[in-house]
Amino acid sequence: MAIEPVPLWLQLLVFPGILFTAVFGLVTSWIDRKVTARVQMRAGPPFLQPFYDVVKLMIKETSVPEGASRALFLSAPLFGFAAVSLASMLIWRAMLQPGAGFGGDLIVILYILTIPAVSVILGSFASRNPLASVGGSREMKLLLAYELPLVISVFVPVIQTGKIRLEQILAHPAAVTEPSGVVALLVALICMQAKLTLVPFDAPEAETELTGGAYIEYSGPPLGIFKLTRAMMLFTMPVFIVAVLCGGIDAHAGFGTFVLGVLKYVGLVVLIVLIRNTCPRVRTDQAVKFFWGPATAVALAAALLAFFGK
Amino acid sequence: MFHLGGSACNNCDIEILDALTPKYDLERFGIVLVGSIKHADVILLAGVFNRKTRIRARRVYEQAPKPVIVVAYGACACGGCMFKDSYNVDGPIGDDIPVDAYLAGCPPKPEALIAAVAKLIGKLRSG
Repeated sequence: MAIEPVPLWLQLLVFPGILFTAVFGLVTSWIDRKVTARVQMRAGPPFLQPFYDVVKLMIKETSVPEGASRALFLSAPLFGFAAVSLASMLIWRAMLQPGAGFGGDLIVILYILTIPAVSVILGSFASRNPLASVGGSREMKLLLAYELPLVISVFVPVIQTGKIRLEQILAHPAAVTEPSGVVALLVALICMQAKLTLVPFDAPEAETELTGGAYIEYSGPPLGIFKLTRAMMLFTMPVFIVAVLCGGIDAHAGFGTFVLGVLKYVGLVVLIVLIRNTCPRVRTDQAVKFFWGPATAVALAAALLAFFGK
Repeated sequence: MFHLGGSACNNCDIEILDALTPKYDLERFGIVLVGSIKHADVILLAGVFNRKTRIRARRVYEQAPKPVIVVAYGACACGGCMFKDSYNVDGPIGDDIPVDAYLAGCPPKPEALIAAVAKLIGKLRSG
């Protein structure tokens, strides 16, 4: 299933770019809310609820706080939205279109995937609200903390295969077939939980503590774009981890392997949601000590294992 | 849904929280409780608003992005109930904030809140 004939700008806008990621991001958001509801013995929202939420926000009034940095406040959500659309398109092109990647695209994707967090930080500091700035500073600390073990664990398949292009990594057997890959997957799972600001690492947007945290002054379309970006990250990050560590979603080798790939992705999402529902929130300093301590040590152990050929 | 309490006895607040628990579960209608007034589409006014909280409640209402629906929850928010002639109550909160739906009861049961939500949805759909 090559997507070569479709022109590049259309790929960016529709599939596998903005529209595809947005729709499936909202579907993943629904999976999250439904599984959360079921775990709490409730019924949960209907399937189209996340779509309703985003569309409703587009027709509400946008209010910019007095004294806030207006241009930065309104443009901050767009950076994250553009970044996650681009990252998703690059990942799916590497999985679907042979020869579509470029040297170092794995590193580019890693960099681009940090931009949504940075856009939240920018937006929160542009809000001129002390609660928002607390949320933003927590997000900054968390970003510094989890990026380190995440990058190390994503580099384990690079060490295993000796290749840096995403589609060349996909051409080799999945990283989890080796013990170092399994350890790397565990570390990547925990880092992904923090990257998506889900419990136990959702200190930046603690609802009960910070009444909305970094997003407190946002309303209307900018808030809608922030929520859409969160949903798209919830879709893109598990796909990225599946692509790098678990062998990707292979559309070339027949329907069975494609379904298996989709099941890997759904399994990761359900795991994230279950962790989200069973853990309490940790403080920022506990999170930073955890990521720079045990998590990095385990990731380095996985990298060493991979280096010695295991 | 944003819960705006104004010097209430807290029974209404407890009943609102009850409506979000698994037994009555408002999330199946897509309703969630939000922390910031800027994220709110429905404001639930609970409690009788005395002189001090009236001013602040009016300020909070002005910060809510329009269009927003205001529901007066409980007999005190509707018209003051037994506190209407009290020394620190200047009149019903409906004088300051335009209310779309009144929900009487002391406190209204969660089933009443769900029925009110359903009626509001019907009213909004028909214009």
